[in-house]
Amino acid sequence: MAKFTRKGKGGVPELSTSSLADIVFMILLFFMLTTSMRQGEKKVTLKMPGASEVAKLERKDLAAYIYVGTPIPGEQAKYGTDARIQLNDAFRSVDDIRDFIAAERETLSEADRQFMTVSIKADENVRMGIITDIKQELRRTSALKIMYAARKAVAGEF
Amino acid sequence: MARPVQGLPSSSLADISFMVLIFFLLVSTMDQDMGLQRRLPPMPDPNQKIDDVQIKRRNIMVVRINDADRLLAGGSAMEISMLKEKAKEFLLNPTNDENLPEKVEQTIEGFGSFPVSKGVISLQNTRGTSYNAYIKVQNELVKAVNEIRDDFAMQNFGKKYFALTEDQQRVCRDAIPQNISEADPKDTGRKK
Repeated sequence: MAKFTRKGKGGVPELSTSSLADIVFMILLFFMLTTSMRQGEKKVTLKMPGASEVAKLERKDLAAYIYVGTPIPGEQAKYGTDARIQLNDAFRSVDDIRDFIAAERETLSEADRQFMTVSIKADENVRMGIITDIKQELRRTSALKIMYAARKAVAGEF
Repeated sequence: MARPVQGLPSSSLADISFMVLIFFLLVSTMDQDMGLQRRLPPMPDPNQKIDDVQIKRRNIMVVRINDADRLLAGGSAMEISMLKEKAKEFLLNPTNDENLPEKVEQTIEGFGSFPVSKGVISLQNTRGTSYNAYIKVQNELVKAVNEIRDDFAMQNFGKKYFALTEDQQRVCRDAIPQNISEADPKDTGRKK
């Protein structure tokens, strides 16, 4: 019966933590697959209009973003309170859209260029004048696939 | 004398991977991009004759939003809530009215012949229209088309549009086209 005598002092044995790294790596992998990188910093206040018939943008990597809205309070001293266009972290004018689109096209592969979507993220209070200017400029650069970004809202709730 | 290889201490691996995890949590976003997808018309060729695209009057419904976000659709002022029914009536033309758009029998691949409406909804706005109103109107028009497509899918395939296969959805899209034209802007209303 001496075989079954307990060795040492007993007490709780230490938990094995070697699998913890594997678990954390799995969570990490999940997050890397389901999320996408933050796209720069918004410098405009943005409350997108609500719509019930929105569709999801399928290929986020093919999207170029144009933000339109009034500058955030920190930037108002410099840029005023009128609605402005933001491209790539800086306030730009309508004329810069052409270069912006050309630059965005360059980053895509040859085959994907035709599927590039320009997502117009505009505040619900901006006037259509500035949007129309953007649309006309996009037509001129033949970036014809556009998306009006909107919040998903239940019908009758906007 | 060869010593047995010691196992590497792997307890810090968890800490390192936690740090990487936190980094990814901070720099990534999970929000999805949602919106109304549209296709802009290409810029007209300057040499092109202006009058070669003539649409018959009965085939076009003008929806106009003015500076005060008031809506004019098909010649009468209305609330946004009524626009969907108006657009559906225009696109379906159930009674084959003389003043509503004509239908042309078209052969749709994989389905057969179907009278496709030639109606075009022309959306016009001024520079002073608010973006919110514009999106609301766009949304109502898309909703009208989506409901017609759902009805069509129900009748022919016994399922809602989104539950159909890729091929059946294409049939629906061909049978009920989404003809919303965003006209060239008119320089009316105040400049911003």
